[in-house]
Amino acid sequence: MKIQIDGLHKAFESRIRLGIMSALAVNDMLDFNSLKEFLDLTDGNLASHIKALEKEAFIGIKKSFIGKKPNTQYFMTEEGKNAFDDHLKALEKLINTHK
Amino acid sequence: MKEEKDYIRDLAEIRSMMERTSKFLSLSGWAGIMAGCYALIGAYIAHQFHDFNPGQLDYDATVSGKGYASISGVLVLAVSILILAIGTAIFLSYKKANKRGEKAWNATSKRLLASMSVPLVSGGVLILVLIANGLIGLIAPLTLLFYGLALYNASRFTYAEVRTLGLIEIGLGLISAYFIGYGLLFWALGFGLLHIIYGIYLHYKYER
Repeated sequence: MKIQIDGLHKAFESRIRLGIMSALAVNDMLDFNSLKEFLDLTDGNLASHIKALEKEAFIGIKKSFIGKKPNTQYFMTEEGKNAFDDHLKALEKLINTHK
Repeated sequence: MKEEKDYIRDLAEIRSMMERTSKFLSLSGWAGIMAGCYALIGAYIAHQFHDFNPGQLDYDATVSGKGYASISGVLVLAVSILILAIGTAIFLSYKKANKRGEKAWNATSKRLLASMSVPLVSGGVLILVLIANGLIGLIAPLTLLFYGLALYNASRFTYAEVRTLGLIEIGLGLISAYFIGYGLLFWALGFGLLHIIYGIYLHYKYER
């Protein structure tokens, strides 16, 4: 894993990726459109960030159909949850030591 | 290298994203106030013009000819109030969501409604069954009880205050089940006064 000296994970440097992880942390599953609305992003932009998180195996995908329309749901993997928790702890620690 | 204020902003953003994606916060305090007013007016009309007083009916009383006519009038009244209150709530939530730059119909509002609908529909069907069997006295306690259960259940997906409101409605419903003669009074208290107080509280806490 690409973890920097300060304990912050490289994948979470982007605030958008951090936003995706935050949203998935409190929701069992979210579909593409809900994420898009919450983060106020374009399709392409969101897709590229999702891909990056997927590559790290932080989020998983579940594809299904609602009627004839394909529906893609995203969820946080165990690995993603751990990485996100560690990142939060590292953030808190950094802020506390600066005080 | 990021600076400290960036870290603080990161954390703030995480918090706000978690809240925005798990809770429906476009509920309007005004909707509560308006719903309360409709309910009070409705209770007054039911009492005054339809001569509706469930206290005269016992648990096992069956509806006589005259009672049945008055019940259908009260039912029409109750359904109109319900539609008016829900309509106002939807309209005001829609406006508030727009103002916040969000959509009113999103993942959180869907979940909020889904969690409310199970207790509400079961309660509604039960009440219709009771009406069909002439057990009018139990309507007020049961509407309060099931509405309270619905609010309590839905409170995970919206303001924490909704939970307290739900618990109070449940309590009122149970008390009024004992004091069956004061059904309309408890109903006016629960749906009228409580909604107004709750609406004013929400308005002052979150909308100013």
